[in-house]
Amino acid sequence: MTDYVSTTPGLFPLPDWAKDDLSDLKGHQKHDLISGDEDEEITSVYEEARTEVLEIQREADLDRVVEGQLRWDDMLAHPLAVHDAVETRGIVRYYDNNNFYREPVVTDDLEFDGDIASELETATDLLDADDDLQAVLPGPYSLFDLATDEHYGDDEEFLAAVGDFLADELEAFPDHETLFLLEPSLVTDSPADGLDELASEAIDTVASATDADVVVQPYWGALSEKVHAHLLDADIDAVGYDFVSNQEDNLYNINEYGTADDISLGLVDGQNTLVEDPEAVRDRTDWVFDQLPVAEFDTVYLTTNTETFYLPFNKFEEKLAVLAEAASLAEVTPA
Amino acid sequence: MSANDEDNKQQFRPEDHPNDHFLLTTVVGSYPKPKWLNRAKELYQDPESDFDGDNWTEAKDDACRLITNEHERAGLDVVVDGEMRRNEMVEFFAHRIDGYEFNGPIKVWGHNYFDKPSVVSEVEYDESWLVDEYEFTAGASDRPVKVPITGPYTLANWSFNEAYEDDDELTLDLADLVNEEIEKLVEAGARYIQIDEPALATTPDDHAIVGESLERIVAGLPDDVRIGLHVCYGDYSRIYPEILEFPVDEFDLELANGDYEQLDVFKDPEFTKDLALGVTDAHIAEVDSVEQIEENIKRGLEVVPPEQLVISPDCGLKLLPREVAYGKMANMVEAARNVEEDLDEGRIDVDRSTAAPADD
Repeated sequence: MTDYVSTTPGLFPLPDWAKDDLSDLKGHQKHDLISGDEDEEITSVYEEARTEVLEIQREADLDRVVEGQLRWDDMLAHPLAVHDAVETRGIVRYYDNNNFYREPVVTDDLEFDGDIASELETATDLLDADDDLQAVLPGPYSLFDLATDEHYGDDEEFLAAVGDFLADELEAFPDHETLFLLEPSLVTDSPADGLDELASEAIDTVASATDADVVVQPYWGALSEKVHAHLLDADIDAVGYDFVSNQEDNLYNINEYGTADDISLGLVDGQNTLVEDPEAVRDRTDWVFDQLPVAEFDTVYLTTNTETFYLPFNKFEEKLAVLAEAASLAEVTPA
Repeated sequence: MSANDEDNKQQFRPEDHPNDHFLLTTVVGSYPKPKWLNRAKELYQDPESDFDGDNWTEAKDDACRLITNEHERAGLDVVVDGEMRRNEMVEFFAHRIDGYEFNGPIKVWGHNYFDKPSVVSEVEYDESWLVDEYEFTAGASDRPVKVPITGPYTLANWSFNEAYEDDDELTLDLADLVNEEIEKLVEAGARYIQIDEPALATTPDDHAIVGESLERIVAGLPDDVRIGLHVCYGDYSRIYPEILEFPVDEFDLELANGDYEQLDVFKDPEFTKDLALGVTDAHIAEVDSVEQIEENIKRGLEVVPPEQLVISPDCGLKLLPREVAYGKMANMVEAARNVEEDLDEGRIDVDRSTAAPADD
């Protein structure tokens, strides 16, 4: 029997009150963004906001809860933006969005940092006994792609170093049920020949650093055939497919090359306020499986296609509820 | 609108301009609001306060006079009211267009947010957006006034689209509304319109739809009206040279933030429009020295001759402390005048055909 798991890729919007409070406390310029050594007052705002988003996930009845990555001012570039061996420079565009992050320039060895582990510890302290924690990290290729290297000297070495760095970070994480590795760059800036294989190796390195189920979630389109095929070589439990932005190529990839034992379906739009109907999401889940000759999955993750910080907080909350509801509907009447 | 026509720029040359060369100085638009204006807004929004709508209007009028005057004091050739009446570049317009609704703030970067609106039904023109603002500012200054207006592509792209089949359809509908508004502005006397399309840099494959919407925007406008296009924070190599086909006089580009790394993009093929060059970073709260800005201006001369060069900050200055914003403008004007003088005296010789990229 298939287990339908409602979850999100994390990177939540801050509650509106926290947006206000943190604007006042931190400021609006490049040098005001998160540094990793924020003071007590700022830390306590984040703690309160974290408590709130955990509660909202519980109320929505999601099967996995995430910490929310509320401190990630630089979005997926966060793990490097707070790192000592990294200089942050001008603000640069975050993929094709009206969002920006500080360009992280790696100037020294990427050694263990621990920022995300300690962030996750604070969430663990707030969990109930029956909460299943999901950790979230940028995939090594996306983090490599978002950063600039002025230390390692060549792409292969830099990508491997980013993979090792993320693996070291992950090893320090508290217990978690699932890990989502977000890999939009695998779609948007598809790795060239040679690098595609190394991207999968780096993912493998990261995935090996946890006992949890690992879901690699690319988005904003579909992977190229070759990148998809290489990704399946990595020791991961599920690949995610963004069915909001591209149905055809994602179905093609699965039909042509198969996928992992589990699957993650991005069916709820993380970037539009139009709130989906839970039945419609369930129907779309069925529709996806109808298109596949073999659709026997142990676990099906139902999620938004992208991070959710793009949404106003009220719509974000509504979408979490839709995901949870859609998963329980699918559970009752499986595909 | 007349592309690359020197007269178009010269119509804004002050009578008492001290140099032969004229590097028009202006700003992109937004400027820090005086703290008392924010306080006045809080009072206006406080149901317990007796600060009423008339008081609030008076406060905005005062702020508009003050900032227009501040632009004059800094020496700018073309002024703006610093967008004192506007809260944000999409929100402000969405509030005035039928078909939009608001759900709350979303993040742009760091702790900079905006109330990204949702289009929930077909968009329609209702009340005028900017004619009152223009008429007031023009009445408050002897200098030419530029009107920045958010372009239809950005209005569409930075909204959630719940109503239209695709964003292109929404963009073109909005372009018709922008055209209607600009016609009204021109009737009121406006001669310098800047279309802000920062979203263009985000989805560069869409330069065709931006071009199509600009054709709709300029349809029926008199030739001498100057149309600028402001684009910022993107990979310009993905939109250049295609944008040279757009029916505009000037491109206003953010380049100082990236230390002119992308300047070479515009050298080949030849830049055939006027270049409004960003010469000071709008997100660093330090006043650049006059000497530094002079160097930045000279970078622009690697792309266009002085006749096609306009001097401007990278982007709106509204997030800076006010004294820093003023310092940047004043130093920018001083630097522009110095470079003009050097050009007059033949002390600057930039050979654009062999201009080499900086080796830093």
